[in-house]
Amino acid sequence: MSDYDPVEVTPLHADEVSRMEAEALDAIASAGSLDDLKQARLAHAGDRSPIALANREIGALPPAARAEAGKRVGTARKAIGQALAARQAELEAERDARVLVEEAVDVTLPWDRQPRGARHPLTTMQERIADTFVAMGYEVAEGPELEGEWFNFDALNIAQDHPARSEHDTFFVGSADSGMVLRTQTSPVQIRALLQRELPVYVISPGKVFRTDELDATHTPVFHQVEGLAIDEGLTMAHLKGTLDRFAEIMFGEGITTRFRPNYFPFTEPSAEMDLKCFVCRGASAVPGNPPCRTCKSEGWIEWGGCGMVNPRVLVSCGVDPARYSGFAFGMGIERTLMFRHNAEDMRDMVEGDVRFTLPFGMEI
Amino acid sequence: MRVPLSWLREYVDLPAVTAHEVADRLTAAGLKLESIASYGHDVKNVVVGEVLEIEELTGFKKPIRHCKVETGEATPREIVCGATNFSAGDRVPVVLPGGVLPGGFEVGARKTYGRMSEGMICSERELGLSEEHGGIMVLPADTPVGADVVELLGLRDDVIELEITPDIGYALSIRGVAREAATAFGVPFRDPADVELPEAEGTAWPASIGDPTACDRFVLREITGFDPAAPSPLWMRVRLARAGMRPVSLAVDVTNYVMLELGQPLHAFDRAKLTGEIVVRRARPGERLETLDHVVRDLDADDILITDQAGPLSMAGTMGGLDSEISESTTDIVIEAAHFSATGISRESRRHKLVSEASKRFERGVDRELPLPASWRAVQLLAELGGGTPGRGVTHAEAEAEPPRIAIPAGYPGTVAGVPYTKETVVRRLEQIGCVVADGDDPAVRRGAVDPTGVVTGGELAARLAVTGPDMITVTPPSWRPDLTDPNDLAEEVIRLEGYEHLPSVLPKAPAGAGLTEEQRLRRRVGRALAAAGYVEVLAYPFIGEADLDRLQLPADDARRRAARLVNPLADDEPLLRTTLLPGLLKTLARNVGRGFTDVALFESGAVYRPREDAPAVAPTPGVDRRPAEEELAAIEAALPEQPRRVAVVLAGEFDRSGWWGRGRQECWADAVQAARLVAAEAGIELSVVADQHEPWHPGRCAALYVGDTLVGHAGELHPRVIEAYGLPPRSSAMELELSRLEAVLPGPVDAPRVSAYPVATQDVALIVPDFTPEADVAAALRDGAGELLESIRLFDVYTGEQVGEGHKSLAYTLRFRAADRTLTVEETTAARDAAVALAADRVGAQLRGV
Repeated sequence: MSDYDPVEVTPLHADEVSRMEAEALDAIASAGSLDDLKQARLAHAGDRSPIALANREIGALPPAARAEAGKRVGTARKAIGQALAARQAELEAERDARVLVEEAVDVTLPWDRQPRGARHPLTTMQERIADTFVAMGYEVAEGPELEGEWFNFDALNIAQDHPARSEHDTFFVGSADSGMVLRTQTSPVQIRALLQRELPVYVISPGKVFRTDELDATHTPVFHQVEGLAIDEGLTMAHLKGTLDRFAEIMFGEGITTRFRPNYFPFTEPSAEMDLKCFVCRGASAVPGNPPCRTCKSEGWIEWGGCGMVNPRVLVSCGVDPARYSGFAFGMGIERTLMFRHNAEDMRDMVEGDVRFTLPFGMEI
Repeated sequence: MRVPLSWLREYVDLPAVTAHEVADRLTAAGLKLESIASYGHDVKNVVVGEVLEIEELTGFKKPIRHCKVETGEATPREIVCGATNFSAGDRVPVVLPGGVLPGGFEVGARKTYGRMSEGMICSERELGLSEEHGGIMVLPADTPVGADVVELLGLRDDVIELEITPDIGYALSIRGVAREAATAFGVPFRDPADVELPEAEGTAWPASIGDPTACDRFVLREITGFDPAAPSPLWMRVRLARAGMRPVSLAVDVTNYVMLELGQPLHAFDRAKLTGEIVVRRARPGERLETLDHVVRDLDADDILITDQAGPLSMAGTMGGLDSEISESTTDIVIEAAHFSATGISRESRRHKLVSEASKRFERGVDRELPLPASWRAVQLLAELGGGTPGRGVTHAEAEAEPPRIAIPAGYPGTVAGVPYTKETVVRRLEQIGCVVADGDDPAVRRGAVDPTGVVTGGELAARLAVTGPDMITVTPPSWRPDLTDPNDLAEEVIRLEGYEHLPSVLPKAPAGAGLTEEQRLRRRVGRALAAAGYVEVLAYPFIGEADLDRLQLPADDARRRAARLVNPLADDEPLLRTTLLPGLLKTLARNVGRGFTDVALFESGAVYRPREDAPAVAPTPGVDRRPAEEELAAIEAALPEQPRRVAVVLAGEFDRSGWWGRGRQECWADAVQAARLVAAEAGIELSVVADQHEPWHPGRCAALYVGDTLVGHAGELHPRVIEAYGLPPRSSAMELELSRLEAVLPGPVDAPRVSAYPVATQDVALIVPDFTPEADVAAALRDGAGELLESIRLFDVYTGEQVGEGHKSLAYTLRFRAADRTLTVEETTAARDAAVALAADRVGAQLRGV
């Protein structure tokens, strides 16, 4: 190495290092893609890149010159490395943005591969009513639909020859004197509840009932009622009114106007009909000269259900002492409630099972 | 009950209020308004005219008259008229030009048939008086010319139609409604039955009561020399028509008029057709009677009859006999007014399917004190309007009947109402309805009572219903209120007259309840789960026919053919009550498909009716004066069919829809089985599935569903013949499961799993088994053989083809192993897998594939 001439180590000249750095930075800046940048990295920062080769030459310099040359090359390599990283980040961000744009879809496309079903509004209405009373402390009582006449009539103070009995349009089962019928009302559940349960009794009983009416827009031979019964010490008609007022408010919203009107049911005495002020005309159609109302037939009120104080005769036939216990009972039509609350017009829609009628009601009502 | 207000006002001084206000008050008292009909309010300018001259016009297709009519104006009117029943000099109603007839029909002056016509001469129908349109209405000769016809004839009236509940028979009369109206408005009431009866001399016709349980009062009066041609006066015909009864003849109209006015049904016999003593009795074997409707009726031993010595004359309180009926030539009439047993008439009416105005009143209770005054009123009217002489005698047979009395504490109505009423209020209200109220208790009242239908019941019931307390009063209800028998009846009277609208509204505090039962919760969960899975709930009628059971291909001995039968079905071909939910669902499915919805999944949850094999044919009806004995209740239950709750689904078309994403998937048997699993999962129960052959399912695609050893239902593809019979899309599927059987085995609270944090070890195995081997058996063997390290097992492939050989299939499973307390070694998991495979080999002959 005696003939060593430091001046001959051209790559380490300051000008030469600057040139290499400039070329590298130029290549990096002009890399348009991550692939270009990879090429630029190989060419200008790789093991065979000029600056890497120049770095190897540092050892060939006289010791006194090495520090300065090393510093010069190191600075250049650092600048190149930083430029590479910056450009890499830039290009990656560009690529990511481009890919996300390319992956965009039409989110408005329909996706009804597995449409959900629905529960029948008459079922969910019964549940909703039951829940209303369960929240007040009632329990849900049940009884058979094919029922003994004793439960459906006799025990409810509807004797064999009572005019009310023939008004029930009863389906008889087996034979006319089999003592078995399709229950014409949910009231027999009152009897079962009183026979089976400990007093006091507070029960609500929704269910199917049957009358020999042909199906039309306002009648159906199979319909649903909800029966309520409360037997306790000291219950009065005021309690009945309070209970039904609250029930009406929950079902139809605050501001509903109710009316108690004397009526007759063999199993309650005193008896009343619970009327609701017509939702549509707000009672206006009952005033002569005003336009007629289809919903309430211009009566201004619509009948919601019957109610009253349980006839002590009914208590006696269940072995409950009327001198100690009293109570009230009420029964409402579920179909009517659905008609009023949801503006359903035709009973046939509730019966036929057309999915178009049921689907909008969903899971709960 | 239709009540012309003009009639009502005869007996009650109603204030000047509208018909609506009257109806509102009556509604608040329990006589509910049905409708209001107004008559004559729009009629204008109808006056009495005198026909001066008649000129018959010729050359027209029908007779036409040109009349000169004096109407009290400056000059007579010229009027063209098509009727011919009047003569010059007759007084007739004339609507003048500018006048209006009922219905807003305006009449003007116009040229017709070549002449001027200034107005119109009217018939009764044109004036809205009756249906009479045979000719012009001719008024009495002394009617003042020019008088306002509306005023003169009482054309203007409002008729309120009231719904009368079965307990208040007395309100089926003007008298009863007037009494209620008087109380409602606080104005005086004049009782039309409160008439002075003349001293009777002898009897009208011999009569006696043969059966006092059938009739406890029987009154006859007679009138002789009656003119059968005498017409009913217009006012009577108008009232009858407006009250809803068709005018017939004077004699019939009078009996109807008195019935409407007082509430006492009357019957008129032709005196000449009576033979010997009249007896009220029950029918004898073989007796028959041809009634007014020309039907010959076989009489029942329980029927109540009016008879004479020649045989039955009429069916009491229901319909008269044809033979003794008054005719167009009857001059001597015997009027019958009686008080019959309410239940007796009710039974008779039902037995013969004969509902008449009379039977309606008798079965609801008629005032026992009415026969004497009502029959008197009738003969008076007949004599007045049809000539003739009322007989001086009256026949009056009666059976002893003690009026019921009720004792209550004066505060009792307030106790029932929940608002105190003073004793003064209670007594005043009871007196208003006609009760006699005495201070003090009368223990005798608790010895017996009469039920609302008139049957005397034992003293025990009266004692059980008795209410005692301080300040007792003893109340004797009026004869027209046989419905008042119990303390609560009196309470209702006081409360309704004080006004239901004044009752306070108080929410009672019920004791804390236990909420829904597990079974009730389960039903809701099942409904939600099925709906969430795509099924739409239906509530089908439970009525089916033999044809449905045939369509389901049920064999002759299938238990589902043993169905309860309706005596009176709505449709003759659907007399049975369902023993399965499927017919209703399948019909509903077909209906939806028919309406263009071909991809449908439906479910129903409801009762089926399964008669017990050896059930008694009759459910007894024990007495109601006490709680029935347990044996009596058990006897009722024994006769009733079992009524378990079932849930069923039917489905057709695509279960996963096709769409822009590609092809969907047709429903299949597996969806039906999965629906059953879904239901069972809601109950916390895992079903075991076994291949079965059970109608209406496809014999090769039917699963029986078990919980342990209990069969709970079936699922699968429907039999092609069932699909054809119901017109369903091919390969429709169904599931039916008895929810009640799941309810019986609810597992109770879930035992919380211990979750292991140690790693899972997975092993896949493929087993070759014969084609016919149920996968469930293979999986069960693997599960049992793998032991407790097995965490889960999942079938991921079923392969058939060359590689596994003819008649075989390959089932590929992933077994996941995990221990609670350690990381499993390869040796451990392999040993467990080998044990699983070994058991599968042992049980079902499975061979490990690729070995």
